[in-house]
This record gives sequence, C-alpha cells and structure tokens, in this order.
Amino acid sequence: MLVRFFFALRAVGVPVSITEFLVLLEALRARVAQASALDFYHLGRACLVKDERHYDRYDRVFARVFQGVEGSFAQLLATVPAHWLQQLARHGLSEDEKRRIAALGGWEKLMQTLRERLAEQQERHQGGGKWIGSGGTSPFGAGGFNPEGIRIGRHAGGARRAVKVWELREYRNFDDGVELGTRNLKLALRRLRKFAREGAAEELDLDGTIDATARNGGLLDLKLVPERHNAVKVLLFLDVGGSMDEHVRVCEELFSAARGEFKHLEHFYFHNFLYEHVWKDNNRRAATQTPTERVLRTYGRDYRVILVGDATMSPYEIAQPGGSIEHWNAEPGAVWMQRLCAAFPHLVWLNPESPARWDYTPSLRMTRELVGERMFPLTIAGLDRAIGELRRPLSAVGSAPPGAAATPVTQEPPPQVS
Amino acid sequence: MGTQRFTGTDRYVATDDLMMAVNAAVTLARPLLIKGEPGTGKTQLAEEIARALGRPLFEWHIKSTSKAQQGLYEYDAVSRLRDSQLGEARVHDIRNYIVRGRLWEAFESEQQPVLLIDEVDKADIEFPNDLLRELDRMEFYVYETRELVRARHRPIIVITSNNEKELPDAFLRRCFFHYIRFPDEATMRAIVAVHFPDLKKELLAEALAAFFDVRATPGLKKKPSTSELLDWIKLLVAEDIPPEALRSADSNKVIPILHGALLKNEQDVHLFEQLVFMHRRVR
Repeated sequence: MLVRFFFALRAVGVPVSITEFLVLLEALRARVAQASALDFYHLGRACLVKDERHYDRYDRVFARVFQGVEGSFAQLLATVPAHWLQQLARHGLSEDEKRRIAALGGWEKLMQTLRERLAEQQERHQGGGKWIGSGGTSPFGAGGFNPEGIRIGRHAGGARRAVKVWELREYRNFDDGVELGTRNLKLALRRLRKFAREGAAEELDLDGTIDATARNGGLLDLKLVPERHNAVKVLLFLDVGGSMDEHVRVCEELFSAARGEFKHLEHFYFHNFLYEHVWKDNNRRAATQTPTERVLRTYGRDYRVILVGDATMSPYEIAQPGGSIEHWNAEPGAVWMQRLCAAFPHLVWLNPESPARWDYTPSLRMTRELVGERMFPLTIAGLDRAIGELRRPLSAVGSAPPGAAATPVTQEPPPQVS
Repeated sequence: MGTQRFTGTDRYVATDDLMMAVNAAVTLARPLLIKGEPGTGKTQLAEEIARALGRPLFEWHIKSTSKAQQGLYEYDAVSRLRDSQLGEARVHDIRNYIVRGRLWEAFESEQQPVLLIDEVDKADIEFPNDLLRELDRMEFYVYETRELVRARHRPIIVITSNNEKELPDAFLRRCFFHYIRFPDEATMRAIVAVHFPDLKKELLAEALAAFFDVRATPGLKKKPSTSELLDWIKLLVAEDIPPEALRSADSNKVIPILHGALLKNEQDVHLFEQLVFMHRRVR
C-alpha cells in the first residue's frame, strides 16, 4: 500500500528517495502520527515532500491512492499489527470511552465492528457520514485510518479541517512545474563568473601580508582584501506564450538557476520577437511595460545579454513593419534586434527547439543571422557553449558584427557537444 | 509517548501540520527544514520549541559569507602566530586557538538542545553539502587536535530558508520539511489573540479587514506579513486608535493610518494610493 503510494509520488515527479520513505516508516513505527489519516497526511508530507511546489502533487496523489482505490484503508489497517492499535486506543481513550467499549462487548468485538464498518465503507465512497456518526467517539479514529477522523484540532479554526485537506489543494499555486534539476544549469552558469573584489576587506591577503611583515622588520602586519564576488551582469530576455508553451519548463529551470547564480540579473519578457516594448511581469503585462529603447539606454555595455526563444514565427514578424501579431510595430523587429546587438556586444540566443529543426524554419534562420550565428540549443551542452561565447573578451566579439556574418543558410546545425 | 510533544505555546500558534512536522523531527532527531514567506514566524519557531520543551537554544545565523566550518570550529592561526612572536606560553597548546562554533557548542550541551540554523539559503550554494555528515551522524573531526567531537544528545535542529537558493537534494533528503503557509483569517485571529489578549473586538475585526485588503493589492513589492500585522496592531493599541478610523471606505484617509508598519517601501505606498484613488473615482 505505502509502496504504491511511494511509486505514485515518483510517477508524478515528486523526487522521493528510498531514504525518505524509510524515514516515513520509522516515523510511523515511532508512532509520531497517531490520531487520524490527517496526521498521516501531514507526516507523510513532512517526510516525503521537500519543496512547497510539490505539495499540490502530493495532495493529488494522496487523494488518488488513499481514496480512489477501493478498500485501501482496510488494507493499510491490515498491515498494522493489532497490538499497536490496541495500545494506541487505550492511550487515547477516556475512562468514559473505555466503559463504552466494554458496553459494546469489549475490544475483540469492537475490532470486529471496525472491520465490518471498513468493509461497508469500501462499498460507498461517501460512507464517512455514518462512519463518523456512530464511530466518532470510538477508537477507530485512533487507528488513524479514517479520512474524516476524530482529530478536529484544538482551536476553533481547526473545525474546518474536517474537510479533507488534501482535497482542498491549497498549494496549487506553488506548483509551477519546475523540477529540482536546476543544479546542472547552475553549474554551467557558474562558468560565467567574473570575480571582482568589492565590499568589506575580510580575507587575508597573503602576498600583501608577507610583504608588509618583511617591511615591518619581521613583526606580523596583517593585510586584508575584500572577498571576491561574482560581478558579472546579465540581462535575460524570455519569449513567452504561443509556440513557447511547450518549452515552459526548461525556460523556468534556466530562469530559476540564473536567478540563484547572478547577483546582477535583470529579466524581461517578449512575445515571439523583440519590438519596441518588453515587460517584466507576465500577469500585469500592461502595467510593467518598459520601452526597449530605455533598456538599451539603462544597462551598460558590460551586461551579458541572453535571449531565450524558439524564434519560430512568420518571417514577416521579423522583417516587416507592422509584422507583430499583437500590435502595430512601426519598425520591424529586425531593426530592434540589430540595436540590441549593437548596444550589447556580449549576446547569445538560447533556443529550446532541437537544432535538427533549425534549418527548416525561415524565421529561425533569419534570427540566427541577426544575432551573428550566436544561437545555441537550450541544453546543458548548448549552454556551456553559449557561456563560452559570453566569456570572450570584447575585442574578439567586436570582430563579428551582428548580421555581417551572412553564412549560407543551409549551414549544418551546430554539432552537439556531448 | 516517551518524548514530549510540541503543541505550540502561549505566544505561538502552531497549525496541526506544523506540529506534526515538529514532532516528527523531534521524535526521530532529524533536522526540520522550514520555509515560508518572510515574517511568518520561521525563526521564532525554534525559540518556541526550545521554550515549550524546556531545552537550551543555540542560534547560528547564516550570512552570505558563512562557511560550514565556522559552525564547527575555527583555528585562529593568526593570533597563535602573534602570540608566538610575543613569546606567550599558551602558544604551545593548539587547543587554545581552536574557537568553537555553534554546532560544537550544541553538541556539548548537557541536555538535548535546540539548534537553529537561520536562513541557510543566504550562504554559498555548497554550504548545505558541507554539513551533510555533521547533520547525519552528529559528529565531526577536529584535524588540529585529532579529536572526534560527537553530540552527547542529537540536537533538535531547525533550519530556516527564504528560498533564495535551491538547496541540494542530498541535504533535503535528510530533513523533514514544512512550508509555513500564510495564515488564514481564523488562524490570524488566534495569533493576534495570543499576542494581544485584551484587544477590542471591533478594532481587531477592522484591522484584520484592512490588513487582508492591503495584502490583496496586486503587485506589492513586499506583502505585509504576520509580524508586520502584529507591529501595526501594537501601534494602533499604543495610539489608542478607535476602530472607526480604520474604515477607509468612508473616511477621507486614502490609506490606513500608521501604514508605515504595513507597507515597507515608497513604491508600495504609492501604488496603494493610486489604486485607492482609482477605486474611488470609479464609484
């Protein structure tokens, strides 16, 4: 039963490991959860889920495994040794309740009734009404497998929890579909570090100290320097909507990795191609619009620009004034792209589309020409090469002006670096 | 149950799921990782666990420059070098220059302690990885003196994170995890009641309504959180503000009085003013 739960969690992409599963079993054995399925739900969540973005998936799996399946609670119960139940129940019962148990014919009889009720509940999904009505003060809840068990919290607000919390799915918003796989991306982005010594002096400057000590006649004279920090600045432009929808995940991974890695990171969104406006927040697109021209003015030439998009659209959207599918653009996107390339010599375009398909899309070829063939697939290997491109010193970059590298459009896609 | 159970305290309201996570962590002596919006009482949780269970508390606050080693011990080579030049006698014993970190102190505690590792995400991305063995086995090795430091009692470790960096999987696997959700109105009432037991009913109702209004404003840079609400109510009580003054809808005030406690930067105040203004024009 629990093993199935474990695999169901893995199947929906919650990264649970065996260690965590064993911890859950250990916790169950230590009787951390003792009152109800709600407790079990909380305990399982604390043990197995390590990211609030996965809470919603946990809720869904929990609902499916422990409720959609007929008789699951009975099976779970069967896996628990009876004496545990007995002990637990005696623990949690008041004298009055114990008397009532005796009235029902003692423990054995009660267990019998419990089994019958469970069987009954298998047949009707909404059997909870009766279950609680007649069983609410019984020790069944203490067995911990009644989804609407007796544990209703101590404070007044707790009463609302009688509704199964996992069905409320309160964590839906957190599940943005980002896997924890951002570490690889981060390690790739790390190569873009450019260290500079800024801020408070708190690291021993060995050479300086030796030098100063020697000058001091052998008496120690400490010299400190500021610690090195990553001083690289990054502008990230992300294509959203339309054909990018299928690449949302990898883009989110990249974004989340970049945000963790760079202190100076600015991001903007665009749709399909760069025009006179970009924006910072997709939900409030109108309110957070920024003129592209202002972006060009605001950020210095030392910013590294990373564009992320599939560059898959109608060629008119790049080449023609008014080609944008969303608004009337006075100047073609190509002009804006050239301005961007001129303003920021360090620029790459990351494309989540597989390189094998790059040559079949005219707009993709045009974009590659516009960015001076600095387009790379959005894979770890592609990112590595893109970072290599961004690390090139300014003089070397200047020799390949944007658009000038009019290589034949039939060029082979860049080979994948393994 | 042999161990004590944590059920919140007289000044800390713990929800059922939080209690479960804490009790699981206490029972199995594994670290508990707490995430949540700023101001939802992550740091306070450790203090309250220590208070409720009557355990000593050790706090280790992490900064961007913190290294895992600092939590264990540091060898102060520089002062030893200085002492040697001055010919001090204590220079011969290296133990004089081993400075104990918070983790070591917690390991040495006579009673099972609570150790708070606050804002673990502030440190470098490799920081949590450097603590894996220490958190797992609750022991570490001091190379300078060749001694093994082992915890007398596995401490109850509470780790907080603001989600600024992703934590490595190997680290997460060793922890229990709990995300403190922003409290709903009922829980919020309970929290306020714990802090201001004799607060007037109407004032609380008005204050909470105004507070949730402010929180619902789209696009705030920093949404006010529980701790800000408590500060604000403290101010309201101190100034003896009548409940009627908070009803912004029919008063001339565009934003709630003493809003400085709720809105923490001028863009947010500005945005809020604009929204209220637009809202009234529509009417």
